[in-house]
Amino acid sequence: MYDFAYEKPTALAAAVASLAGDMDAKALAGGQTFIPVLKQRLNKPTTVVDLAALGLVGITVTADSVTIGAMTTHGEVALSAAVQKAIPALANLASMIGDWQVRHRGTIGGSLANNDPSACYPSAVLALGATIVTDRRSIAADDYFQGMFTTALEQGEIITKVIFPIPQKAAYQKFRNPASRYAMVGVFVAKTAAGVRVAVTGAAQGGVFRHAAFEAALSANFSPDAIAGIATSADDLNSDIHASAEYRAHLIGVMAKRAVAGT
Amino acid sequence: MNAIFEGIGASVRRKEDLRFLSGRGHYTDDMNRPGQTHCVLKRSDRPHAIITSIDTSAARAAPGVVAVFTHADLDADGVGGVPCGWQIHSKDGSPMVEPGHPVLATGRVRHVGDPVVAVIAETRQQARNAAELLVIDYQDLPAVAHIADAIAPGAALVQEAAAGNTCFDWHIGDKDLVDAAFARATHRVKLDLTNNRLVPNAMEPRAAIGDYDAMSGDYTLITTSQNPHVIRLLMGAFVLHIPEHRLRVLAPDVGGGFGSKIYHYAEEAIVTWAAGKLKRPVKWTADRSEAFMSDAHGRDHASTAEMALDAEGNFLALRVATVANLGAYLSTFAPAVPTYLSATLLAGVYKTPAIYAEVRAIFTNTVPVDAYRGAGRPESTFLLERLLDTIAHDTGIDRIELRRRNFIPTDAFPYQTPVALQYDSGDYVSTLNAALKAADWDGFAARRAEAKARGKLRGIGVSTYVEACGIAPSKLVGALGARAALYEVAQIRVHPTGSVTVFTGTHSHGQGHETTFAQLVASQLGVPFENVDIVHGDTNKIPFGMGTYGSRSLAVGGTAMVKAMDKIIAKGKKIAAHLLEASVDDIEFANGNFTVAGTDRAKSFGEIALTAYVPHNYPIEDIEPGLEETAFYDPANFTFPGGCHVCEVEVDPETGVTTVVNFTAVDDVGRVINPMIVEGQIQGGVAQGIGQALLENAVYDEQGQLVSGSFMDYTMPRADNLPNISVGTETTLCTHNALGVKGCGEVGAIGSPPAVINAVVDALKDYGVRHVNMPATSQKLWQIIQDSSAQPAVANLSSN
Ligand SMILES: Cc1cc2nc3c(=O)[nH]c(=O)nc-3n(C[C@H](O)[C@H](O)[C@H](O)COP(=O)(O)OP(=O)(O)OC[C@H]3O[C@@H](n4cnc5c(N)ncnc54)[C@H](O)[C@@H]3O)c2cc1C
Repeated sequence: MYDFAYEKPTALAAAVASLAGDMDAKALAGGQTFIPVLKQRLNKPTTVVDLAALGLVGITVTADSVTIGAMTTHGEVALSAAVQKAIPALANLASMIGDWQVRHRGTIGGSLANNDPSACYPSAVLALGATIVTDRRSIAADDYFQGMFTTALEQGEIITKVIFPIPQKAAYQKFRNPASRYAMVGVFVAKTAAGVRVAVTGAAQGGVFRHAAFEAALSANFSPDAIAGIATSADDLNSDIHASAEYRAHLIGVMAKRAVAGT
Repeated sequence: MNAIFEGIGASVRRKEDLRFLSGRGHYTDDMNRPGQTHCVLKRSDRPHAIITSIDTSAARAAPGVVAVFTHADLDADGVGGVPCGWQIHSKDGSPMVEPGHPVLATGRVRHVGDPVVAVIAETRQQARNAAELLVIDYQDLPAVAHIADAIAPGAALVQEAAAGNTCFDWHIGDKDLVDAAFARATHRVKLDLTNNRLVPNAMEPRAAIGDYDAMSGDYTLITTSQNPHVIRLLMGAFVLHIPEHRLRVLAPDVGGGFGSKIYHYAEEAIVTWAAGKLKRPVKWTADRSEAFMSDAHGRDHASTAEMALDAEGNFLALRVATVANLGAYLSTFAPAVPTYLSATLLAGVYKTPAIYAEVRAIFTNTVPVDAYRGAGRPESTFLLERLLDTIAHDTGIDRIELRRRNFIPTDAFPYQTPVALQYDSGDYVSTLNAALKAADWDGFAARRAEAKARGKLRGIGVSTYVEACGIAPSKLVGALGARAALYEVAQIRVHPTGSVTVFTGTHSHGQGHETTFAQLVASQLGVPFENVDIVHGDTNKIPFGMGTYGSRSLAVGGTAMVKAMDKIIAKGKKIAAHLLEASVDDIEFANGNFTVAGTDRAKSFGEIALTAYVPHNYPIEDIEPGLEETAFYDPANFTFPGGCHVCEVEVDPETGVTTVVNFTAVDDVGRVINPMIVEGQIQGGVAQGIGQALLENAVYDEQGQLVSGSFMDYTMPRADNLPNISVGTETTLCTHNALGVKGCGEVGAIGSPPAVINAVVDALKDYGVRHVNMPATSQKLWQIIQDSSAQPAVANLSSN
């Protein structure tokens, strides 16, 4: 990696100021994406602003929502009895991210800020209709994801927490990329007060997206059979050495059926 | 002196694991020398290009930079190219095309990863910074990465001297005999298949430190090598022209090799030469990305195999044509792999009377390919065992029955195959029977039905194989083109109080030699296990040696130890005879005691050792003091482990995902010294075989970029990809070495891939599938299932 200055502010305002004052300053959360990028010299920040001392950790569960601090690790979410009870699908999703080392470092805020097209969390955030809270505003999931590695975050904007409404039922099914173990296709289905929402990650060039045809069919009949006959178009899906767009399109259907069956 | 005696056949825990598991091993990158500099290599990001200019000025001026070297600096010093250690002759008698393999690219780059400039600085970080300031101008040339493209008419030439990209066009066997047998055959079954290219991915990336002592003129190279003496020979004699007594090569703890650390690599020459030039130590350590594009890759063959059979299913003749991708340059043993290490195994465990094989080796714009765990034998085994199941498929003969019918009978040993090898011993029926029983082959139908009820396609596959290892006779390999010998050396030093240091020319990079060899020596000399120490990996300490590969360490290196111990015991008998006032012929040695036959008069091994070093009462006129012996052992033949692997898989027809649910290996590895280590070796080999069959694939795109150039895209097998691997042994002894040992390092990787694919094909049999190439990824199987339900007739039947 290239040399950079390192800061570990203890107040959110100080972190925001550091990032706002310097276009080339970058936030560091669990470092599971950022540090490999630095090691490969693909990024040359002036200052790395470590978010670890801002107190952005913790899980709060109320009657109708689960709030997770941005710096809460995947491991903490996976093992949280409160999350397991309120939204078991979310704890399950967290337990399937990477390996234990990754889960002990990687954070929900880092994952959402990064918005890797094959990351897991974006599917839960979108399917559950979560709200992303930052140092300056609240952003609805439907407005947040704007294409691969692209979000509604402004330069220097820091995610502080994510609020998930508790669904009636939900489930996540992940088809892992055999090499990286990221989602080659991940489908999160949720039956919520606002209706059925289905979000697909890993598959599309533009990152996570909602599957309108599945949502319509499942709203009418929340069962695997309801979507069994619905084909997903391979247009705009990713194609690589592990999976063609057609194979991904097929897997979206299989994973969605299994997710519905698993709720 | 009543410590626990651990003999042959005991599962002694590995001594070396204490330091390995507690993070206290001594690997090359752990070592630092005073005044050390750091080397970073600027490598080509082009598959094929002319280097039009290299501007090093900015890099030279960068902070901390000590030197920047290009091929011109090496040329000025007369540095040679990286040599090839094996010469093959084509059918027409002409020698293979052997293009130069410059240490730093000269004029052209021929693969992504080809080293172009060496930047040496005070710190690694500074060297990396400076390397980014190099300005290299390239003029891109068309590149060929895949076999089909390289052999197409008019294909771009990787090496100007190699027309049609052909390195050699070799053959073995009797073509006329084979043609005649095909003409009269009842069945002819033909199969096209590929053996996928693999990246070895040893856990420890390669590293090297060069050092130079200006006072003595001595060079030292510390390197991640499986064979330090071979590196000293190749680099000293051919590249840097440093005589042996001025060059010390150390291979300390090495974290896995699987073949990839046999070869002499450019980086070793660069750091050694630069250390002499700069009069400072120079260290280079590969990062994982560099390892992907610079460690010799494995396999990459495309073959057509055809068997002629009579009406009863007896094999009449085998015809094979293979194209082997050797990459951009010839790695040290590359030419031997598809030829003498592979085609000579085409008889397999079968009494096929006539065999003819052609091998065309080609250059491509890819990383050089060389031996990788199994080296040629996995390729021939996959070919044969897939062909066997295809014959069963096409003729309707049961696949087990087909094997039994064609096995070399147990009473036919020694057995001369039609392709040069003579197998000394084996019993293919007993390994087959034991494996089928252990795997509950007969109960499979019920398991298949049960899986079907769960919506899964269950398949079972078998592979029966033999391999040739313990490599081996210098005279034979010399006749076959090897430019080196393949004996092994052991020096046994008995200390005055009876403890023992063993110096071996083999090298342990995970195999547990420090334990196995100590068991061997302890049991033979009757001294406690903990009183025996094994020293390897230092050309200044060990007389000589050819290193560890081809499952040769115990069969060749261990036998050299036995020979040296025979000399120790013979000398000890003379000393004992003197002390006991008996005739030498009456002295017997057993369990650590020299005894006068038929009496209880005895001297312990320790007493004899002490006497040898304190020769107060000693036959000094007849024998020298001291107790130390050296033996060079050159075996009479290869060894021939064999066995049977049975694999059971379940395929999810909805997703194409294959799960290996059972794996049973029953191998004949000859006498077993440490069953736990043997089991571990076989399990590790099977893990790599399952990796090759289902997961691993080095993928180049059409332009010659390595697409699977990191673990994000190269699928290494992980624990959750593997079943519990059940290992059993059935033993026949090797007839030509003193221990009766054969070798166990590679059998797992040799026997398993076809067992896995045979199981996958069996699982898909209702879809009319005849063959699946490796790796059988979920995407591939899903596609096959898709295509076949579209046209449910029997697909891909090319039998004629
Ligand atoms: C081997 C491996 C396997 C993995 N497998 C998976 C997987 O299966 N599924 C999956 O979803 N992910 C996977 N990941 C990614 C991992 O889950 C991390 O969550 C992810 O890399 C980012 O989180 P982080 O906390 O490490 O963020 P960092 O790497 O520290 O940061 C990532 C980016 O987000 C920015 N950032 C971080 N926090 C904030 C914040 N609070 N506000 C604004 N910007 C912020 C940083 O500036 C940086 O640009 C894997 C990673 C590895 C190394």
